Amino acid sequence: MTRELSYLNAFNEGMHQLMAEDPDIFVAGEDVAGKGGVFGSFVGLLDKFGDNRMVDTPISEQAIVGLGIGAAVAGLRPVVDLMFMDFVLVSMDQIANQAAKLKYMFGGNASLPLTITTNGGAGLSAAAQHSQSLEAMLCHVPGLKVVMPSTPYDLKGLLVSCVREDNPTILVKHKKMFGVKGDVPEELYEVPLGQAVVTRPGTDVTVVAYSYMAAEALAAAEVLADEGINCEVIDLRTVQPLDIETVVESARKTNRIVVVHEAVRFGGLGAEIAAQVQEHAFDYLDAPVARVGAPFSPIPFSPALESVYVPSAASIADEIRITLHRPAPGLTAAGS
Amino acid sequence: MTLSSTSLTAETIKDLHERMLRIRFFEEAAGRLFEANKMPGFIHLYVGQEAVASGVSVALRDDDQISSTHRGHGHLVAKGGDLGKMMAELMGKSGGYCNGKGGSMHICDLELNMLGANGIVGGGVPIAVGAGFANKYRGNDTVSVVFFGDGSTNIGAFHEAANMAAALKLPVLFVCENNEYAEYTARADSMAIKDVAERAAAYGMPSKIVDGMDAPAVYNATRHALETIRAGEGPYFLECKTYRYYNHHGIQTLGMKYRSDDEVEEWKGRDAIDAIEASMVADGVANEAEVGDIRTAVQAEVDAAIEFAETSPMPDPAELLTNVYTEAAYTEVSS
Repeated sequence: MTRELSYLNAFNEGMHQLMAEDPDIFVAGEDVAGKGGVFGSFVGLLDKFGDNRMVDTPISEQAIVGLGIGAAVAGLRPVVDLMFMDFVLVSMDQIANQAAKLKYMFGGNASLPLTITTNGGAGLSAAAQHSQSLEAMLCHVPGLKVVMPSTPYDLKGLLVSCVREDNPTILVKHKKMFGVKGDVPEELYEVPLGQAVVTRPGTDVTVVAYSYMAAEALAAAEVLADEGINCEVIDLRTVQPLDIETVVESARKTNRIVVVHEAVRFGGLGAEIAAQVQEHAFDYLDAPVARVGAPFSPIPFSPALESVYVPSAASIADEIRITLHRPAPGLTAAGS
Repeated sequence: MTLSSTSLTAETIKDLHERMLRIRFFEEAAGRLFEANKMPGFIHLYVGQEAVASGVSVALRDDDQISSTHRGHGHLVAKGGDLGKMMAELMGKSGGYCNGKGGSMHICDLELNMLGANGIVGGGVPIAVGAGFANKYRGNDTVSVVFFGDGSTNIGAFHEAANMAAALKLPVLFVCENNEYAEYTARADSMAIKDVAERAAAYGMPSKIVDGMDAPAVYNATRHALETIRAGEGPYFLECKTYRYYNHHGIQTLGMKYRSDDEVEEWKGRDAIDAIEASMVADGVANEAEVGDIRTAVQAEVDAAIEFAETSPMPDPAELLTNVYTEAAYTEVSS
């Protein structure tokens, strides 16, 4: 049965059900047990499952991820939490040099059912060290899988897939979306890793986004519909592995594509997607692949600056108009 | 029979001796092959430190896990590793432990509960603590043992992991192999303390300093540490003062500026294998001829390992992209 749940509660419900199902699953991280996680993602789990399975750790991101790796190699199914995606950088050796590579270095003689959960994205005036979108770095490392869901339904389903996966996965919640509501089935279900979804079919231009920007892209599409522009919107959901087939198929149909992310444009996933689209759909394109992303600066604190920094439905709509050579009503600077 | 000089049984003494010899002969052979350009990449030889891996391993149960370092051949040999698969891995052959994908710095044998060598100094320490967590989680009395050098106690991961193990009271034995050099920098130039074990106190962890050139002493200290850990007392720190006869990387030793020839010779004069063989003869555990027979038998094992490795094929290029991910389907509940 399906009912409406918030993004936060969809995650929380998924954790409860997964832990009830499998005694090998435990959660470790800073303030995950007593406080229930920095944004409340893990509330109630300590009472339900006890402090053997809900473990508050020291502020030691390398040791937190290492704890997960070692426990996973030893046969458990750990969920370790990094409060903010920025802290991925603090634990990057354990993530990129250890978790991602162990299986390969060991010639396949290891299974690593490790899930790292974290909270990414800007929009809360959390400034430059608590707002970043660092997925491009993670996607660059073979051996990791990275998911960035934008709806309560996808968050719960992808959480289940991540935790049940025998590879290291990183699940990035967007911290601006915790209150967003949507239909979520009561039972456990999986949203397969590596599968994008067309969230709005269209004919004129393909807009590819993920995480919070997937919602902003849909909002841009609604605005543009009033101008007679019919956008097809794709939510990648998983960014590694990348479902390039769905993107290319759409680009071949609409002949124009705009890639949107909250991370800085330079070296972002938009660059990878643009490259792959031109490799697979060059002859279909009627315009250069366009990219919307953040400018090349650290994330500012002041709402007056941050609101300009982060792409929005308006800046996405502007870029789409440029791609379609449509004059904009009151043209503003595109996110470039 | 218990030997008066060490309080160990003859069987234990022989076990220590044989494991040390197996490491020494394996490493000497690997070094020769490396110098002859028959082995690609880097090689960090364990020669000189055999008493540590052997002394610890003889005291362990089969279910105890070990985690190792870039200088890790000795640890796996001591835990019972297959010499042929090890040598083949060092040569990048498909018959190697990791099918040639890991090499010297990434050998593992999960069936022996050897959770892997590690190319990042200190990088294996948090992972070993994670294995210790799994033991406590399951409520068994298995101990996770982590080997690391003096140099790795200068990296943050070590301190995070040591603190976490102590804070969560995890069954982890920290074995510091203090060989006095971090690559080519003397310990005294990279830390302001003489005994690395002092660092354990900062985490509320009991510690002991032991002569790492004395296998029976390492064995006894490990037995004591394991009893403490298995009793649920949390982690324990063992500092073994030892020495690496060869360079950080490769073999060449004399004539290098970072340490004196006299210093190297002095440590070699305290060789753990020489010492145990002398005590075996003195205590009547074995006569010289029997010691010679043991040496011959171990050398034959190493020769067979080389033969296996040299005849093992190189990996098929089709293997390049396998094992990046596991594709196995999820099965519920393993414990």
